[in-house]
Amino acid sequence: MPQERKEKESTRDGFGRALLDLGEKDSNVVVLSADLTESVRAHWFQEKYPERFISHGVAEQDMISAAAGLALSGKIPFACTFGAFASGRAWDQVRVSVAYMNLNVTIAGTHGGISVGGDGATHQALEEIALMRIIPHMTVVVPADGEEAYDATVQAAAIKGPVYLRLGRSAVPTLMDKPPLETGKASVMKEGEDITIVACGHMVFKSLGAAAELEKKGINAGVINLHTPAPIDEEALIAAAKKTGRVLTVEEHSVYGGMGSAVAEVLVENCPVPMKMMGVKGEFGVSGEPDQLYEHFGLTEGHIVEEAEKLIKRK
Amino acid sequence: MQKLDETGMKRKSIALRRDILTMLSRAGSGHTGGSLSIVEILVELYYRRMNIDPREPSKRDRDRFVLSKGHACPALYAVLADLGFFPREELWTLRKLGSRLQGHPQYGLPGLEISSGSLGQGLSVAVGLALADRMDSLDNKVYCLMGDGETNEGQIWEAAMTASHYSLSRLYGIVDFNKLQIDGFTCDVQHPGEFRHKWEKFGWHTVEVDGHDFQQLSKGFDELDGASDRPKLMIAHTVKGKGVSFIENKAGWHGIAPKEKELASALEELKEQEEALI
Repeated sequence: MPQERKEKESTRDGFGRALLDLGEKDSNVVVLSADLTESVRAHWFQEKYPERFISHGVAEQDMISAAAGLALSGKIPFACTFGAFASGRAWDQVRVSVAYMNLNVTIAGTHGGISVGGDGATHQALEEIALMRIIPHMTVVVPADGEEAYDATVQAAAIKGPVYLRLGRSAVPTLMDKPPLETGKASVMKEGEDITIVACGHMVFKSLGAAAELEKKGINAGVINLHTPAPIDEEALIAAAKKTGRVLTVEEHSVYGGMGSAVAEVLVENCPVPMKMMGVKGEFGVSGEPDQLYEHFGLTEGHIVEEAEKLIKRK
Repeated sequence: MQKLDETGMKRKSIALRRDILTMLSRAGSGHTGGSLSIVEILVELYYRRMNIDPREPSKRDRDRFVLSKGHACPALYAVLADLGFFPREELWTLRKLGSRLQGHPQYGLPGLEISSGSLGQGLSVAVGLALADRMDSLDNKVYCLMGDGETNEGQIWEAAMTASHYSLSRLYGIVDFNKLQIDGFTCDVQHPGEFRHKWEKFGWHTVEVDGHDFQQLSKGFDELDGASDRPKLMIAHTVKGKGVSFIENKAGWHGIAPKEKELASALEELKEQEEALI
């Protein structure tokens, strides 16, 4: 594996690779798509296993409920579309057809976050973590790189219950020296003393960069990759909060109801410490290049460093 | 399972109506009108046509019945209890805390195929079931019962297109066409237009029958059985609240249960109907 490692890969690509391998291992794996097959990287599976690929046209609600029907008959369905539509338009279908029956359906929502770029607000999903994690039985995974997306996809097939995978469009650096993704268990990327940065998805790489910058300033920041906002790894979060006394959350998502909120819910009941939640605050996305948008919404390495310093000074 | 003759089916329908009304009355709330309108459709399917076995409710090659109009579950509960999927005494726990008989169907009750209650989703689930059966080379059938008001939901038409695209010929949609929904007559709330024509244009083979007439129901399903490789739809014209004079054709009886006195007079009417069969 190491010699094949890609320096950069999108999480949707990692997902697509995993689908192909899952398809070979288990003939019960089926893929459903709503007219965005190549965009969600389901086309590799479609080419190899056309008899197990279902095309719903632009009909996300029908796709999600049909996935439930397939799961009821022992299939392992992966329903794929953009996150905005999977989590928003088909929310009631996810709630009633899938989650209420606790079915083994994986919903893959690509194009999560502002890094979608030019397509703008309608296609930049900023609410999926909130919308999905409040549904009982739901596991929500936000992989940080292509390798994590691959692992999360393979593990999702084995989870007896619904899983939502939040995937990104743009290529992101593959993280080196990371613990293998274990769904439901937070990955401690770096131990720290002064503050803990909890991040998910594309923000993990940026948070690691920020931690390196902080190191130069004499601040020892820990970094947790909270790739599974639900069910949340309370133990790891409480331990980190106790150890460092400051928690900064960073996500490419609305701060209202998102990963940061999930962390706050745990800490406020178990170990209240000064917190700051970085993300998008009460705004829709806008068109632009991903890097311009990170700057626009205050989600660069520099912004993370700045907020960490402010939080440390706070009493 | 022993198949009933026509008088037996009429008798069975009356007995089921008695159970439906009694369980609703004891629950103190629930959907009376739309439960009573689907009784003969359920009897035709469960007592004459479907390949099911209460001793083996999960066998893979069984026929499936998907109740998309979940609010009519008292009728389905009455049938499943009568067939022995679960003890009859459980009927009297409807809508009570701790009961498996939820106000809208919850998956897990033996014989019940899906959770439903949020309208418009059942036909898509049925599409998924039929696709899985085809992948597994099974030749069982999937029936999905919808309400006419329910077809206001856009998702029904998404599913209609998918079923047609995949030529799901073992998928049978049934519309309980009772012409009433919560706000009143369907033609006032959201006009169904050329309803049968719409399904035909969506690629379905259709029949239209009196949903309380066993001969017509039987003939209708026989025709659908013999039809082409298209998905199949039966429009079953029914009377909302069928069988109880003061409940029939009243939108107000959509979501309420009979009070004690109303139950007594309803049961009296059913008794008269039963005696008339002898």
